[in-house]
Amino acid sequence: MEWFDPSVISGSLPEFWRGLWMTVQLTVFSLAVGFALAIPLSVARVSRNPWVSRPISAYTYFFRGTPMLVQLLLIYYGVGQSEWMQQQWESGNSFWLLFRDAYFCTMLAFSLNTCAYQLEMFAGAIRNVPHGEVEAAEAMGMTRYTVLRRIVLPSALRRAIPPLSNEVILMLQGSAIASAVTLVDLTGAARNVYSRHYAPFEAFIFAGLLYLAVTFVLVGLFRFAESHWLAHLQPRSASAQKD
Amino acid sequence: MDALIEYSPSLLAGAWITLQVALLSLLLAVSTGLLGAACKLSRIAPLRWWTALYTTVFRGVPDLVMMLLFFYGGQVILNVISDHLEREMVELDAFAAGVLTIGFIFGAYFTETFRGAFQAVPAGQMEAGRAYGMSDWQVFWHILFPQMLRYALPGIGNNWLVLLKSTAIVSMIGLADMTWLADQAGRSTHQPFTFYLAVCVLYLAMTAVSNHVLQHLQRRYNVGVREANV
Amino acid sequence: MTVKANNELLRVDDLHKQYGDNEVLKGVSLTAHSGDVISIIGSSGSGKSTWLRCINFLEQPTSGKIIVAGEEIKMLAGSKDALKVADPRQLQKIRTRLSMVFQHFNLWGHMTVLQNVIEAPIHVLGLSKKDAMERAERYLERVGVWKFRDTYPAHLSGGQQQRVAIARALAMEPEALLFDEPTSALDPELVGEVLKVMRSIAEEGRTMLVVTHEMGFAREVSNHVIFVHQGRVEERGHPREVLTRPNSERLQQFLSGNLK
Repeated sequence: MEWFDPSVISGSLPEFWRGLWMTVQLTVFSLAVGFALAIPLSVARVSRNPWVSRPISAYTYFFRGTPMLVQLLLIYYGVGQSEWMQQQWESGNSFWLLFRDAYFCTMLAFSLNTCAYQLEMFAGAIRNVPHGEVEAAEAMGMTRYTVLRRIVLPSALRRAIPPLSNEVILMLQGSAIASAVTLVDLTGAARNVYSRHYAPFEAFIFAGLLYLAVTFVLVGLFRFAESHWLAHLQPRSASAQKD
Repeated sequence: MDALIEYSPSLLAGAWITLQVALLSLLLAVSTGLLGAACKLSRIAPLRWWTALYTTVFRGVPDLVMMLLFFYGGQVILNVISDHLEREMVELDAFAAGVLTIGFIFGAYFTETFRGAFQAVPAGQMEAGRAYGMSDWQVFWHILFPQMLRYALPGIGNNWLVLLKSTAIVSMIGLADMTWLADQAGRSTHQPFTFYLAVCVLYLAMTAVSNHVLQHLQRRYNVGVREANV
Repeated sequence: MTVKANNELLRVDDLHKQYGDNEVLKGVSLTAHSGDVISIIGSSGSGKSTWLRCINFLEQPTSGKIIVAGEEIKMLAGSKDALKVADPRQLQKIRTRLSMVFQHFNLWGHMTVLQNVIEAPIHVLGLSKKDAMERAERYLERVGVWKFRDTYPAHLSGGQQQRVAIARALAMEPEALLFDEPTSALDPELVGEVLKVMRSIAEEGRTMLVVTHEMGFAREVSNHVIFVHQGRVEERGHPREVLTRPNSERLQQFLSGNLK
């Protein structure tokens, strides 16, 4: 038999591109939603008021302690098939119909998952903002909100760039499980190509190479971001400038 | 709730499969990681290049894609071999495919963990060992390795927790782990939510036990080390 | 608002501060008039830094009164026998009139030197960016670090960072400057450049409250010295009197240990 038949790949290129596009959408969208939610939640996470911080830590404990695949199944199959949800559908409540949609459920599961990871990263970075810098801001008469907006968050978000780059790559790879709920992402496309041609090497190696390529692009982007926004943490070659 | 009780033996059997996959993968990953770290720190350049290629590919491709490649690709290879030997077709075991994939993927992560940990041990420690007449092997086994473990422990713990969760994808190649069994139970009882939630609880329990063990190990290996406290 | 000469700028009355059972400040008072340079000296643990930090409420006093330019900071009983500021807006306003320079500089690490200096004038005082830049240029020039305006603090020496911090405080154009051991974290060879800057701004007639170990500065630059010991003011007066003819045995001991 033929071990590797490139015509299988070239014949299915449009399918791979569509899958890749779906993967990119899922990754970018969930990361963006997760990020937007993670910032305010991370501030609440470091709150001294346990009524505020506890529920958030319970949320991150759950989402960081269980597999994203199970979370996705829980939301798509679990929530969708609950009696209450069935009733909502029967009564024609259009909002809840969203939970019938695999695309929506995947976005929701991925966003909630990455938000949990991102918010713990940001919370850690907020706790690491030097106390003296906060004190200096207070001593200058800044309000708590201004201190947060101008000093704490900018400093913390910059420090969170390296772990964030890691999370972005993990999310890209994690998105491969979307095919478990019938979405045709890059992995889903590879699975279809495999089952049509019975060509596992062509299908999965090509998909793997595409994932690698996207990973390299992301790593490059984050290198650039770090050199731009973390300049203040990088050591200078000369220890200190002379007058 | 009745359904959950009815299916709990099956779910627990699935949890046992999950645990087996995780522990065997860990064993493979740690061995691969130690070997990988040795190669990455080796003086032989091609060895370093091949290991770099291995860690890049296995960390850059989603675990699921890798697993599908191992599972379906492995089956093709097995078929060719059995054809060749004119034997009956052998079915590739999903368990083996799962363990091999997860083991090799995390082997790549452990390679980086151990490489960093070996490099973190100050060179003076080895010099001191040699200065007192220890052989290379003694220096490695009595000085370098135990200290390396201490530096590696946080990374090992972290890799293990990620590995444990990634075992859920073996359900996608049909292995009857707890996620797969929950899926089956959910279908037949029409209560998928209950069963997936039960799987979550089981994963959380495993994570909690792991954390406990890891903290204990960390304390043990940090004896004689002062924590930097600000 | 202009401050007339010899106007009373700051008064602290009978300030107490307690950490649990430990009373760090046992009723200290001071009055600063416009143009005063007051040095607060004392051994470490005497409570002198706590005193300064209570004045702009970086720490909450247990009891006492603080009056800035005739305006008393309104306080309420808070938790654990510490007072709380009744009106946060009043405190914020008063903090803009008392700028603090810290022992560890506390420059904002993610901002360049210039951004550090224009930050509070823009976001607290509401200056336009153009006006804030003008101020920044003036004061950075004044302390001799204008050429580092686009550098990040971590890339500067301690002395340079502290001069930036002084420029940052000056850019608020406050009525008084509070210095909390501004040279204690510096390598010995860098202390001089910072003291020189402090001396020159004192000569401009600015009101300064300086917690310091630098006896030379206390003696030559300040017009009033307060010696704190175990949370109480042991001795106070003109440096010529206090430092050359100390009355209390404590101050004699302190000075003989310090004055070489």
